Amino acid sequence: MSDYSEKFDATGLNCPLPILRSKKVLSTMNSGDVLFVIATDAGSVKDFDSFCKQTGNELIESSESGNQYHYYIKKA
Amino acid sequence: MPQKKLALIATKGTLDWAYPPFILASTAAAIGYEVQIFFTFYGLQLLKKDLNLKVSPLGNPGMPMPMGMDKWFPTFATAIPGMEAMMSSMMKSKMKSKGIASVAELRELCQEAEVKLIACQMTVDLFDMQPSEFIDGIDYAGAATFFEFAGESDVNLFI
Repeated sequence: MSDYSEKFDATGLNCPLPILRSKKVLSTMNSGDVLFVIATDAGSVKDFDSFCKQTGNELIESSESGNQYHYYIKKA
Repeated sequence: MPQKKLALIATKGTLDWAYPPFILASTAAAIGYEVQIFFTFYGLQLLKKDLNLKVSPLGNPGMPMPMGMDKWFPTFATAIPGMEAMMSSMMKSKMKSKGIASVAELRELCQEAEVKLIACQMTVDLFDMQPSEFIDGIDYAGAATFFEFAGESDVNLFI
């Protein structure tokens, strides 16, 4: 498990809310800070990967545990 | 890298068709696109302050219905008064239970992300609609204005 500076719980939210709300949290953070996101939307796995590729933020870790998806995003 | 641009035309005013333009616009904005949506004809309903959007089973054989009703429920019965209201409220409660954003919420997210919302002046006049019926912060313009942005956009969609 990585260290993180902010955590966002997106459990129960469906597309596109996990991305939109995570983006909001990211915009309040500093470059280099890490956001930890927990989601339950299965579609978010590919979406967070695409979101990071297109925004330049780094997806440090994407993992599944139980019915939850965990993402660690380092702000560009 | 220059900022990418997305231009959408929203032409439909039902609950189901309200989602694609607002989902795509808000997501594109989150990714860093500059976005404009041009609302014309029935799409103008999506700009109303009072969003009373409905979904209709009438003439829509692709619409899933609860309890396998779509298998035995005759097509003409979908025209029964009250069916549309019933299906709309069922759809809304199902969306809520699945954690899907409301149309109003997605629209707010679009406005927060500075998505430009443009009402087609010609159809506003055609339907005798008043600016007071619409949310604040929208523009009124025509096809030429749309092309000023669409002509230099990376993605253009007609919804």
